[in-house]
Amino acid sequence: MSEFLVEATEVEKWFGPIKVLDRVDFNVRRGEVVVLIGPSGSGKTTLLRCINHLEHIQRGRIAVNGVLIGYRERQGRLVPDAERNIARQRRDVGMVFQRFNLFNNMNVLSNISLAPRLLRGTRPAEAEAEARALLDRVGLPDKAEAYPAELSGGQQQRIAIARALAMQPAVLLFDEPTSALDPEMVGEVLGVMRDLARSGMTMVVVTHEMGFARQVADRVVVMAEGRIIETGVPEAVFSAPEHPKTRALLSAVLH
Amino acid sequence: MHFDWPYFWAQLLTPSLAFLNGLGLTVVMAVSAQLLGFVFGLILALGRLSTNRVARGAAGAYIWVVRGTPLLVQIVFIYNGLAAAGILDFHDLHVLGVTFAGNLQAGILALAINEAAYMAEIYRAGISAVDRGQFEAAKALGMPPSMMMRHVVLPQAFRIILLPIGNQFNIMLKNTTLVSVIGVSEMLLVTETINSATFRTFELYSVVAIYFLLLTSLWNLFMAWVERHFALSRPNSATPQAALVLQE
Repeated sequence: MSEFLVEATEVEKWFGPIKVLDRVDFNVRRGEVVVLIGPSGSGKTTLLRCINHLEHIQRGRIAVNGVLIGYRERQGRLVPDAERNIARQRRDVGMVFQRFNLFNNMNVLSNISLAPRLLRGTRPAEAEAEARALLDRVGLPDKAEAYPAELSGGQQQRIAIARALAMQPAVLLFDEPTSALDPEMVGEVLGVMRDLARSGMTMVVVTHEMGFARQVADRVVVMAEGRIIETGVPEAVFSAPEHPKTRALLSAVLH
Repeated sequence: MHFDWPYFWAQLLTPSLAFLNGLGLTVVMAVSAQLLGFVFGLILALGRLSTNRVARGAAGAYIWVVRGTPLLVQIVFIYNGLAAAGILDFHDLHVLGVTFAGNLQAGILALAINEAAYMAEIYRAGISAVDRGQFEAAKALGMPPSMMMRHVVLPQAFRIILLPIGNQFNIMLKNTTLVSVIGVSEMLLVTETINSATFRTFELYSVVAIYFLLLTSLWNLFMAWVERHFALSRPNSATPQAALVLQE
C-alpha cells in the first residue's frame, strides 16, 4: 500500500470555462496535519471537496487509502464509479463544513449516531454511548438532546466534528471550519481541532487561521490560481516564504 | 325571490340516506385519491430529480400531460374513453360483501393520477427548498442517495410542504364533484337527482354548498392543529416532538 492516505496526482478541475485546479499534486501521509492556505478563489476548498468527490475532477486521479475515488479504472481509462461505491468510500473520509450542516430535523445525539447506526451497523445503544463519549470529547456533554437551531455556531461546529468522528474516518477534511463563526467562538473550535491533531488524527484543513496553521500543521500548502505554489513546514513557509504570492498573502493576513 | 326555508332546513338538518351516502362517497374518494396521490407523487418527484435521464423524462412528460389537460376530460377519458377503445373496462368489485363500483374505481384513479402530478411538483419544491448543505453533509458521511432522502431530506421537505398539502386536499374535496359526470352518486349527483324531481334548485344547491363548506372547514381546523403541532410559524426550528414524528 502507498505511504500516502490521500494521493492526488495531476488533478484538473474546470467550472465551465474556468480552470480552478491546474495539475495539482497533493499527498497526505497517515497521521499528518496539512493546512491549505491561499487567497479566496485559489482552489483550496475545491481541492478539499474533490478528495471526497463532492466535486468531480476532469483529469488526473485521486486515491484515498490506495483506492481511486469517484472513478474506476477500466482498460486503462477512468470511468465514473457507481454512486454506491462512492458512498462507501466516503465513510472513511470525514468532512467538517464551513456552515456546520448539522441535520436540522434531529437532535444532537441523533446527528452523531445516525450514520454509525445506518452505515456501520452499530447497535443503537452502542451508537448512543459513543455519541455521548464524543460529546464529552468536544466539551458539550449536556447538549445531547438539543436541536441544532438551539445551539451557537461554535457549539454546532464542535458537534459537526463529533458527527464526523463517529464514523471513525481515516482522514478528516475541514473546509474553513471557523469562517462562519463569531470571533469569540473561533477559539473553542480550534481547541477541539488542536486536540484532535495531537491524538494523531490525519487532517486536511482549509483555513485563514494562520496562528492555527503555524502551531498545529505538520505541513503548510499554499495555493494560488488553482496551483500549489509552495509547500513546507510552517516555520519555513511563515518566516521565509519563497513565492512572491505567498509573501503577499501572508502580509495581507498577518498585518 | 322565493326561498323555501322549511324545505331548506329539512334538507340541511335531516338529509336523505342517499345524500348521506353521497357524503360518504365524497370523503372516501377524496381521502383515497389523496393518499394514492401522495405515493405516486413522491415516486414522480424522485423521478424528476433523478440523475437517470429516462426516469427524468418519463416523470416530466407525465406531469406535463396531466397538468396540461382538464381533470374533467381525464375522468371521462379514463372511464368511458378507455372502455370504448377496449383497453380497460372498470368492473364492479365485490370485496367482503362490499361492492366497489367500476365508476368509483375509475373516479378515484383519475383523481389520484391528477393529484400525483401536482403533488410531484410540491414534493420537488419542498426537496429543492432543503439547504444544499444538508445533502452534502449526508453524502460526506457516506450515505447513499436513498438513505439521505429518507432520513435527512424528506423529513425536512415534508415540514416545508405541509401547508401546500393542506391546500391540495381542500381542492381534492371539491374536485370529487367532477366524478358525478361518470355517474358516481356523490353529494352533487344526489343533489341533482333530487333537484330533477323537486326543482328546489336554490335550496338544494345551498345545502350541498354548505356541506362542502363544512368538510373544508373541518379540514382547515385539522390543518390549524397540524400547524401548531409542527410549529410551522417558526421556520428552521424543528420542535422536538415534530422532529420525532417526522424522523421515523
